[in-house]
Amino acid sequence: MDHLPALQVVLPLFCAPLCAVLGRANLAWMLALAASWLTFLISALLLHEVLQQGVISYAMGNWPAPLGIEYRIDSVNAYMLLIVSAIGAIVLTAARPIVDTRIRLPENKKPWFYAAYMLCLTGLLGMTITGDAFNVFVFLEISSLSSYVLISTGRDRRALTAAYQYLIMGTIGATFILIGIGLLYVMTGTLNMADLALRIPQVSNTRTLHVAFAFLTVGVGLKLALFPLHLWLPNAYAYGPSVVTAFLSATATKVAIYILLRMFFTLFGAEFSFKTMRLDLILLPLALIGIFSASLVAIFQTNVKRMLAYSSVAQIGYIILGISLASLTGLTAGIAHLFNHALIKATLFLALGCVSFRVGAAKLERMAGLGRTMPWTMAAFVIGGLSLIGVPLTSGFISKWYLVVGALERGWWPVAMLVLLTSLLAVIYIWRVVEVAYFKPPPENEVIREAPLALLIPTWALALANLYFGLETSLNAGVARQAAATLLGVTP
Amino acid sequence: MSPEIFTLLALWIPLIGALFIALNGSSPNRRELATLLTSLLLLWNVLSLLPSVAEGARPSVDLTPALLFGIPLRLTVEPLGMAFACVAAVLWPLNSLYSIGYMRGNKEQHQARFYTCFAIAIASTMGIAFAGNLVTLFIFYEVLTLSTYPLVTHKGDAQAMRAGRTYLGILLGTSIGFLLLAITWTWWATGTVDFTPGGILTGKIHGPEVAILLALFMFGIGKAALMPFHRWLPAAMVAPTPVSALLHAVAVVKAGVFSVMKVIVYIFGIDFLSATGASHWLIWVSATTLLLASAVALTKDNLKARLAYSTISQLSYVVLGGALATSMGVLGGSLQIVMHAMGKITLFFCAGAIYTAAHKTEISQLDGLGRLMPFTFGAFLVGALSIIGLPPLGGSWSKLYLMLGAADADQLLMIGVLIVSSLLNVGYLMPVVARGFFLPTPASGTASDNSKKIGVLDNIQEAPVLCVVPLCLTALGCLLLFFYAADLYALLAPIAIP
Repeated sequence: MDHLPALQVVLPLFCAPLCAVLGRANLAWMLALAASWLTFLISALLLHEVLQQGVISYAMGNWPAPLGIEYRIDSVNAYMLLIVSAIGAIVLTAARPIVDTRIRLPENKKPWFYAAYMLCLTGLLGMTITGDAFNVFVFLEISSLSSYVLISTGRDRRALTAAYQYLIMGTIGATFILIGIGLLYVMTGTLNMADLALRIPQVSNTRTLHVAFAFLTVGVGLKLALFPLHLWLPNAYAYGPSVVTAFLSATATKVAIYILLRMFFTLFGAEFSFKTMRLDLILLPLALIGIFSASLVAIFQTNVKRMLAYSSVAQIGYIILGISLASLTGLTAGIAHLFNHALIKATLFLALGCVSFRVGAAKLERMAGLGRTMPWTMAAFVIGGLSLIGVPLTSGFISKWYLVVGALERGWWPVAMLVLLTSLLAVIYIWRVVEVAYFKPPPENEVIREAPLALLIPTWALALANLYFGLETSLNAGVARQAAATLLGVTP
Repeated sequence: MSPEIFTLLALWIPLIGALFIALNGSSPNRRELATLLTSLLLLWNVLSLLPSVAEGARPSVDLTPALLFGIPLRLTVEPLGMAFACVAAVLWPLNSLYSIGYMRGNKEQHQARFYTCFAIAIASTMGIAFAGNLVTLFIFYEVLTLSTYPLVTHKGDAQAMRAGRTYLGILLGTSIGFLLLAITWTWWATGTVDFTPGGILTGKIHGPEVAILLALFMFGIGKAALMPFHRWLPAAMVAPTPVSALLHAVAVVKAGVFSVMKVIVYIFGIDFLSATGASHWLIWVSATTLLLASAVALTKDNLKARLAYSTISQLSYVVLGGALATSMGVLGGSLQIVMHAMGKITLFFCAGAIYTAAHKTEISQLDGLGRLMPFTFGAFLVGALSIIGLPPLGGSWSKLYLMLGAADADQLLMIGVLIVSSLLNVGYLMPVVARGFFLPTPASGTASDNSKKIGVLDNIQEAPVLCVVPLCLTALGCLLLFFYAADLYALLAPIAIP
């Protein structure tokens, strides 16, 4: 039990080469599946332990911090670990039919897909769990490189250019982060985050530290697709295979946001980030413009996956908006939306995976009549869509509520209005799909069947989770509030 | 069984009914039997709840543990909600009978979806009626919008889709854009969202903020169809007539004005509103809507469109009653919810019966039809007179109390507005009856289509019996409401007179 923090990362890491050498796609899938559910179990145990006993500190290889690498788990990253591992496990459960038919890899290379998936999961979990700034960079590279590979397996050849575009942008982002970490090391002589947090205030008025802050913000901003650094995202999500998109949209950008939170609140401290550097003045307008413009662009997309990709940019805007409020409620809204948006987007992209499995491509015109021919898939899509809009009884409503109250607390009236009005843009783009699927007659000369159960069950599990967490809010809102309190250093 | 159980059952009976209907979707007889049984069961359930609430009990149950910031989903029964629930529960069985006649008579498609969504809509109406706090109200309000969307777009053609877009756009837009903001503001200002007698805002917000918050609530509740957010209601008329009858004359629109009343009485409090004068602007907005919508109704030749604009106008009576912020005004508005429901559902039933029997939708086509369909047109006359407000029909009481309320609030001009509006009602409702009974059947045109026209008229007879019986019963209901208004008054009095 003591080694759970290490196992969290080591388990998927070791599983990756095993998958690659197994040689048979089905065996590799089963192994990866077992490993990912075990990681989920571990993260659930960790969250339970953290909520019971407080912060867990684990010295990797018994080298004590600050020289050794420390894994440090508090309520914030325990919560993130749970999100990442849960989505990772559920999406992988659904992955097999899609990997079997819809990715551009020869049969004998299919195990490599699972190896890359496991590596990506390792990287994301590692970034989340570690308490060492350089370690963050290492895991970031692991997850990034494997996600370029995953995206490039998309069936459409444009997936290759999309992956290349992502690679260039991602590498620039990672380099910026590395420069930022390097400058921090120069100024403080330590890489351990807890240690950094103690030493940064002593040098907080130096130019070098300000530059480090800027490099880190822009670098992480690139990885999390903060407007206007989001240009890699729509192509990558649109042309990657649906399972990959479902996994990455729900986890990769979320982990990047977590890194941002750690940086602003733990490393530099809210006082420095928001009072000295006035980050709220930058983040708030960017978030609002991002929400507004990405939602507008989403309305005019004919590829539904691309539409949801733009919607992701907008939803990230909501999370950043919550963070830029820098208050307990605002931060709770942002963190709760991390969870809720992961659920929502995983549901929607998996539902689209079902669609493309049967009709070939997630084009709007190809979805005509699917309400009748694939009723379960489309019902799950509608639930996910309602949650995206933020209709009550769905999890999306919870985060909208906190966000509006957070904006009102600060007295930012127009912001509260904008949050609600932009939800209406989501109504428009979701409803375009609903109208085509439910009211256009299905094409007459082809028979479309409902997606296989192997895809439907995970999709519906996520759809039902959207409803469940709309009613039972102790996990998404309750723990989010605790995490926000931890970050701000106040009592919840 | 305790009143709490009945309260919960009011929500669950239609929901379980919806499940049964969906499961028996392939068999018309079984799903229609399920609809009828569910509606009767709900009627029994609501009526069992009535005596204890009339005696002053306020049963309250939590549906979920604390949801957000410690706000649970809570049902609490109070007189206004009780009256609203009774209206919906009494009219649903009648409407179900009528639906069976109408849907079979017109051979409509997708009937299983129709009855299922209908039952879900009734369940959310019950949720709205018994909502114990603003969040619960909001949630069921949205469920009602979403569950009625498939009913509005039932035909599935381009016109229905366009109407559906308007419907969803305005109702979701106003509720998410304004109402949700108003609710979060209320919570933020007071720390509670419970409906509390006397209101919760006194001393919590001041000055112009009161009027702004009231505006967010009033325009946010798009279902109350205050101008300029009324367009969804005429658009919704593409739905089959039973939907227009129960949902867009009773459940949905009344859910709107009921929410308006509830917010005015239990969130703002009548005394707070009259002391601050924050609702003065609302008097004028509702009076404008009231007159303008009646004027537009005069110009409509399509019978259902005319009735829709009449509904917009009549809904503003309720809002006006609340805006007057006097006991009599609030009571008049609350009575109007009940009286107008009974009258307007009769008129819609008649419109649907005329369509089923003769396939006529325009008023100018109705010449002489009344002599062929005496029961339908007779009931239309009764319903119309009740809407106009003539004794001995229910509608007269609500108009009377509204005028008393206007007098109490020193808004004498509003009495004039109410009288002018009644005259306008005469102007747009009476021609329908007059054409039917007094004008000669249309003279034949050229010789060639002579035989065809005579053939058409010869075929017309009274609508199917399942259509005619419900509309006669609701017409009778208008009459009974006149004589039993005292009981209704006694039930509602505690909300306005402490």
